[in-house]
Amino acid sequence: MFDLRKLFGLDIGSKNTAKERLRLVLIHDRATVSQQTIEAMKRDLIEVISHYLEIDTDELEFKMESQDEKVALVANIPIIDGKKGIKGA
Amino acid sequence: MSGKSIVITSGKGGVGKTTTTANLGAALALEGNSVVLLDADIGLRNLDVVMGLENRIVYDLINVVEEVCTFRKALIKDKRIEGLYLMPAAQTKDKDAVKPEQMKKLIEDIKAEFDYVLIDCPAGIEQGFLNAISGADEAVIVVTPEISSVRDADRVVGLLDKKGNIPLSNMHMLVNRIRMDMVRKKEMLDVPDIEELLQIDVLGVVPDDESVIVSTNKGEPIVLSNKNSVAQAYRDAAGRLLGREIPFDDKHQNGFVGAVLRFFGLAE
Repeated sequence: MFDLRKLFGLDIGSKNTAKERLRLVLIHDRATVSQQTIEAMKRDLIEVISHYLEIDTDELEFKMESQDEKVALVANIPIIDGKKGIKGA
Repeated sequence: MSGKSIVITSGKGGVGKTTTTANLGAALALEGNSVVLLDADIGLRNLDVVMGLENRIVYDLINVVEEVCTFRKALIKDKRIEGLYLMPAAQTKDKDAVKPEQMKKLIEDIKAEFDYVLIDCPAGIEQGFLNAISGADEAVIVVTPEISSVRDADRVVGLLDKKGNIPLSNMHMLVNRIRMDMVRKKEMLDVPDIEELLQIDVLGVVPDDESVIVSTNKGEPIVLSNKNSVAQAYRDAAGRLLGREIPFDDKHQNGFVGAVLRFFGLAE
């Protein structure tokens, strides 16, 4: 890509690359949660959701995902038989 | 009297923790403080050789913890600098030979009689690290201007806060082995870059210099035997630990004057 900063010699040197890479790495590192915490969180969430919905705990997906500058907790919780599953509805 | 305990740590190995412990401690003692250098790197002790005191070890930290002797008896007095002592690590035991509570108690005992306890922390973030930080009031994080070192330092900052109960305000970083020639060419991270990434205050900036290797070969702290920029950087860092306002003067002569001086070989 055409980069004006490079053209005017403002972005030379590997230091900027290092700093930018570090910035991203640190964002991800700081958001890292231990496997134990993830498991505990998963248990608690299953318990809460189970009060309202019948869910498929075997097919459940639960993980921390990071893309570029953002870290997200991604949960995929399949509901068993939507209509029948909704408790107290 | 209650002294202060400061752990010298980094996460990454080989960045200069032991050299920093030796020189900060020697500089503090030269200022009239009583200082104990405590080698917490059990199984891989090195502070004794860096200090040139390896031939005088009788008892070690494990002997003290196991109550074979008093801590006073295990201390080796540095004959060159008044008030400076070394508590050597055990070389034959492993890192699980001591528990955090034992370490805490030992450091409390030493603090009752000395102004400063500097704890030389092992590399890594496992049990040895947790032992070393357990009795520390403050931390000096040694970091070199490299991606891997800065990353590990950031991890250590998080752990010191969570597991060591050391608040961010009691953490300082010492930037080691900086090369101003590379910084000027923008081929090395500069101090403000690292400060911005890690968000902790800077205690000192130590240039990369071969005199460190020479003084380590001889077993002499560089602040004792040398008057060069490395020795001055460690003396300034020690002064800041003592609460003095010492400016980070730029001897590296940036700008036009610096460029001219460098051209004639008169500046770094």
